[in-house]
Amino acid sequence: MNPALQGILTIVIGVGACVGYFYFANQILDKVIFPARGPNTGRNINRANMIRPWLFIFPAFFALGLYLAYPVVETLRLSFLDRDAGNAFVGFENYAQLTREAKFWEAMRNNMLWLVVVPALSTALGLLVAQLTDRISWGSIAKSLIFMPMAISFVGAGVIWKLVYEIRPDEVAQIGILNAILVGIGAEPQNWLTIPFWNNFFLMIVLIWIQTGFAMVILSAALRGIPEETVEAAIVDGANPFQIFFKIKVPQIMPTIVVVWTTITLTVLKVFDIVFTMTNGQWETQVLANYMYDKLFRAGDWGVGSAAAIVLMLLVSPILVWNVYNARKEMR
Amino acid sequence: MTEEADRGTIVAGSQGFFRGLFKGKERVQEGIAGQKSGLMWAVHLSVAFLVILWVLPTFGLLVSSFRTADQISSSGWWGALFPSEVNEVYRALDPDEFREAADGGFVVMGQLFDEGSTREVVTWGTSSRAIAAFTPGEVADLGDGETITLSADGAYEWRGNDDQISGRGQRMFVTAAAPPEFTFDNYRTVLFTEGSGGGMAKAFFNTLTVAIPATIIPILIAAFAAYALAWMEFPGRALLVAAVVGLLVVPLQLALIPLLKLHLGIGIGKGYLGVWLAHTGFGLPLAIYLLRNYMVGLPKDIIENARVDGATDFQIFVKIILPLSFPALAAFSIFQFLWTWNDLLVALVFLIDASGETTVMTKQIVELLGTRGGNWEILATAGFVSMIVPLAVFFMMQRYLVRGLLAGSVK
Repeated sequence: MNPALQGILTIVIGVGACVGYFYFANQILDKVIFPARGPNTGRNINRANMIRPWLFIFPAFFALGLYLAYPVVETLRLSFLDRDAGNAFVGFENYAQLTREAKFWEAMRNNMLWLVVVPALSTALGLLVAQLTDRISWGSIAKSLIFMPMAISFVGAGVIWKLVYEIRPDEVAQIGILNAILVGIGAEPQNWLTIPFWNNFFLMIVLIWIQTGFAMVILSAALRGIPEETVEAAIVDGANPFQIFFKIKVPQIMPTIVVVWTTITLTVLKVFDIVFTMTNGQWETQVLANYMYDKLFRAGDWGVGSAAAIVLMLLVSPILVWNVYNARKEMR
Repeated sequence: MTEEADRGTIVAGSQGFFRGLFKGKERVQEGIAGQKSGLMWAVHLSVAFLVILWVLPTFGLLVSSFRTADQISSSGWWGALFPSEVNEVYRALDPDEFREAADGGFVVMGQLFDEGSTREVVTWGTSSRAIAAFTPGEVADLGDGETITLSADGAYEWRGNDDQISGRGQRMFVTAAAPPEFTFDNYRTVLFTEGSGGGMAKAFFNTLTVAIPATIIPILIAAFAAYALAWMEFPGRALLVAAVVGLLVVPLQLALIPLLKLHLGIGIGKGYLGVWLAHTGFGLPLAIYLLRNYMVGLPKDIIENARVDGATDFQIFVKIILPLSFPALAAFSIFQFLWTWNDLLVALVFLIDASGETTVMTKQIVELLGTRGGNWEILATAGFVSMIVPLAVFFMMQRYLVRGLLAGSVK
């Protein structure tokens, strides 16, 4: 069957099944199981209303359980098994092997670098842009353009930046803008993506380029939410623009800055496409997610790959706990 | 600041942001040095600098996608607006085949440039050590009466005796000026040529086939659950909300192997159905979270009045909640569409099999980077083909995207 046709059919079946499920489940509940008539009308209505919420949430939580909760448990289980030895239980052997691999430690080191640099620079640049564009007439256009990379895929961004970093042999014209500038000022062109250690930063620039727009949008909204009286009071007291920004505005939007920071941190921990597209972990640019992909799908080593996935999960879990804690506080 | 107040800040702030972003009514500045023109100039200049820095890489790729391979390799994309000079080596036509008798000797006449070319010879030479020895129209003496002349339009005449005009064609080292020239050829190649470098049209439709069902299906499922979590009382509700918030941050990398095993085990295998299901599962936490947050904020009176009037929960949901939640539904749709359109990992694992029939654009581009890494005309064009739809969605639906970001910035 033509995939497009199959797609339309899936939409129809999927949407039809959803609507059908919710409609008929309600009908059956109200008309058949607990009919709102006869001697027990009142009790039946109450019972139906006790069950209804579960009808409403069942499909969603079934899918969540199957597609997110179960895999966490299953991955944990797989991380203790050796696939080659017929899925024999090997305890922490996979984790031990992980710690013996230089590539893993390289990935950990790089992930930590990413974790420090990308959220910090994205948030700082986002805040800077948010503050600056707030004050000029064409600020909305500027914001729109800086926000634009959000729509571009990591792979597309990889291509865009590969052209920026492109190097040509000495005798022909440089077509990568960075090397063209270097040659223009009389320096030697560099093969940016193969300089060990520093190439990590050239990859990070791509993610910073994408995430700054996100930080800017959220922080811009927060800046505009600051009560004007506080700023006016500071002006009356003779504060200069920098003091107003750092001592009045930034402290007031601190909670939002933290949210932005953690959100970008999550993205960074899972970064895969950029490295996969631009260097594929060569020249010491490996990161955890790509290392894991290598192990799972290139080496076929599910044990070590799953162990790496669990490490990723452990790195994410402080943020998970913090978010859940905040959500519960908010519910109360 | 309490959490509640923080949320209030974001919501109140978002309205201000919309005013600024979409109606162009800038808030009157608080007068913080707003009148100090020197500082304002600095602000204008630094914003302009940042915007240029942000747009330049993308713009470079866009320009490159309209240039020929020759142009790209002879000059940077910033040179595209000016005539570029290219150095090339040509050889005259094979004398044994094309020579004609003339003036007691022989002559080979020909044209170096393709028909319709607007190139012009700037300088030329007959030796690699002196490639700029002659100007167009000048006659080069090759010794013993053998001569060759090249005119600006690329026409040449190579004269000499029987012995000289034989063997291989005379080499010419030409520096030509190519006027700025833009072409749609790359798009034709990338979209419609099968095999290496092409096939983006197929990948485009495959991507569309992945993205649309994967956007629509989660919405309904999530909307019902979000309504229940927002407006229905039942034990364990708070716990379920917390679970959704927790699942928001679970890296989908953990799900790859277990779910692939599951899909292979129950016979779905690798294919569209698998990738739709996977995207649905992975998109649900954000969908439920966004929609619940939005629905909680809907006015209580409307819902309670409807209840008093005897409406069932199902009716309330379909007739009141869904229409009122349109902005949140739109916001999530945009997120999910951009995410599924731009995704590489999920497609690699759950969709693309060895046949390559179901390849998506992101995968196709990665493939091109491997096989045609130096062919920037192909790469740039393929990149842009994959970006057209997300960019269009982005610029048309920006306000919903912003609203969604502000509501769901936990993910």
